[in-house]
Amino acid sequence: MSTYYTKDHEYIRIEADHAIVGISDYAQAQLGDVVFVELPALGQSFGTGDQVAVVESVKAASEVYAPASGQVSAINDALEASPGLVNEAPQGAGWFFKMTLSDKSQLASLMDEAAYQAFVASLG
Amino acid sequence: MSETVDHQSSDKTAEPSSHSDAPQSALLQSPLQRTPLHGLHLALGARMAPFAGYDMPIQYASGIISEHNHTRTAAGLFDVSHMGQAFLIGASHHSTALALEALVPADLVNLAPGRQRYTQLLNEEGGILDDLMVTRPADPAQDGVLMLVVNAACKVEDFAHIQARLPNDARLLLASHRALLALQGPKAAKVLARHCPSVESMAFMSARVVSFNGLTCHVSRSGYTGEDGFEMSMRAELADQFARTLLRDEAVKMIGLGARDSLRLEAGLCLYGHDIDVTTSPVEAGLAWSIQKRRRIEGGFPGAQRIQLELAEGPKRLRVGLVPESRQPAREGTEILNDAGEAIGMITSGGFVPSLNGPVAMGYVDASHAQIETQVHLIVRGKALGAKIAPMPFVPHRYVRT
Repeated sequence: MSTYYTKDHEYIRIEADHAIVGISDYAQAQLGDVVFVELPALGQSFGTGDQVAVVESVKAASEVYAPASGQVSAINDALEASPGLVNEAPQGAGWFFKMTLSDKSQLASLMDEAAYQAFVASLG
Repeated sequence: MSETVDHQSSDKTAEPSSHSDAPQSALLQSPLQRTPLHGLHLALGARMAPFAGYDMPIQYASGIISEHNHTRTAAGLFDVSHMGQAFLIGASHHSTALALEALVPADLVNLAPGRQRYTQLLNEEGGILDDLMVTRPADPAQDGVLMLVVNAACKVEDFAHIQARLPNDARLLLASHRALLALQGPKAAKVLARHCPSVESMAFMSARVVSFNGLTCHVSRSGYTGEDGFEMSMRAELADQFARTLLRDEAVKMIGLGARDSLRLEAGLCLYGHDIDVTTSPVEAGLAWSIQKRRRIEGGFPGAQRIQLELAEGPKRLRVGLVPESRQPAREGTEILNDAGEAIGMITSGGFVPSLNGPVAMGYVDASHAQIETQVHLIVRGKALGAKIAPMPFVPHRYVRT
């Protein structure tokens, strides 16, 4: 199991037969209290970089882009009643959606954990 | 992930970008100014951001919702030293009041010593250049002085506007050496009274000079949260000691501009540059209560003709409250449609408010659709969200009644 990150702070965690997408801990901390998440539709297909979700904090709405192309296989219904899960456990219970990847080779262009941590550190 | 709506700025003040692009780019090139509490904000771990040319705290470690709720249940301390303070000085109260009355629609001639009024600087079309607080000092020795507090982003233009229109016997003295703090919330009076007992008996919208542990401070019982509370003006070099003393009280926490915005939104209070600007009149904005009877009859302020007509016949559009039916916030710039799908207005402020644990908004709609409970649709990212016109404030005001 490995996790990859985009420069826009989305993560994608690869599991056996699907991948899980959400926003990083750094992203949730920058956003502050999350109050609403607009998730994609089940079955929705998208390309890399397409807007697939919107996360709203008290102060702003932010777009979430697909880290890789594929199709939505599950969405995290718990975020409807408890959007604060994104703050409490962004890479745990605060995941956004699960997807099937159309091309695993796209992951090569993303950052791995070490590269992402270095990237975040460089943001100061 | 990228922010599409950046609502970091949150104060009575508007961002310069609300007016035009030019002042903003000018500001970006000049170094940010700092309030006297800048070091304290950093020491408390504030997340800082540029606001109206100042490096200001947006939130502290506990976050906007926690700061918001703390202010509603205990006492929040706000640094609003970026706002513009000035003294308008003339020969007598009457002459000073008349000088300012030529620029604003409030009755200031009949403002009693130690009392404060909310009003608006108007242009010749009756549009709002800024909103401000005007205080007549209680001290008879200060007869002829009015204290003004204007929005940070407008202060340079406001003071130039006022100065250019004063009669020869009045002058404007900028109080740029003064800090301004606000202590707001149900415990604010008890907390402040531990240091200056006389504040507890103050009426809402009254003002006086007090000694705070030996530090001289001008206090008014007012604020921008809908709660009971105080605004305290003092010399800049006293502000840090003042704030640290108040923060020693367990009921007091420092509150950033993020929660200041959600608090004022719940309280239905206008944010200049968003809910009011040069295109809106005080009547359209629902601020007719701030135009006293004498001025309504006599006029004599900029745009009086339009405003008197709107008072008599009703304005074409009105600022209203809106409550979306889902949890999704509708923010500034969102289009408002009626049931038939026709555009009837625009949201000017909106977001998630902690006290209601849901979204609210305010905006302007055609007067024919301003009735409470009217069903409307808000177009958020291409989708129509159901919403209803709702009364404001969204959370009842808890100003002190004496």
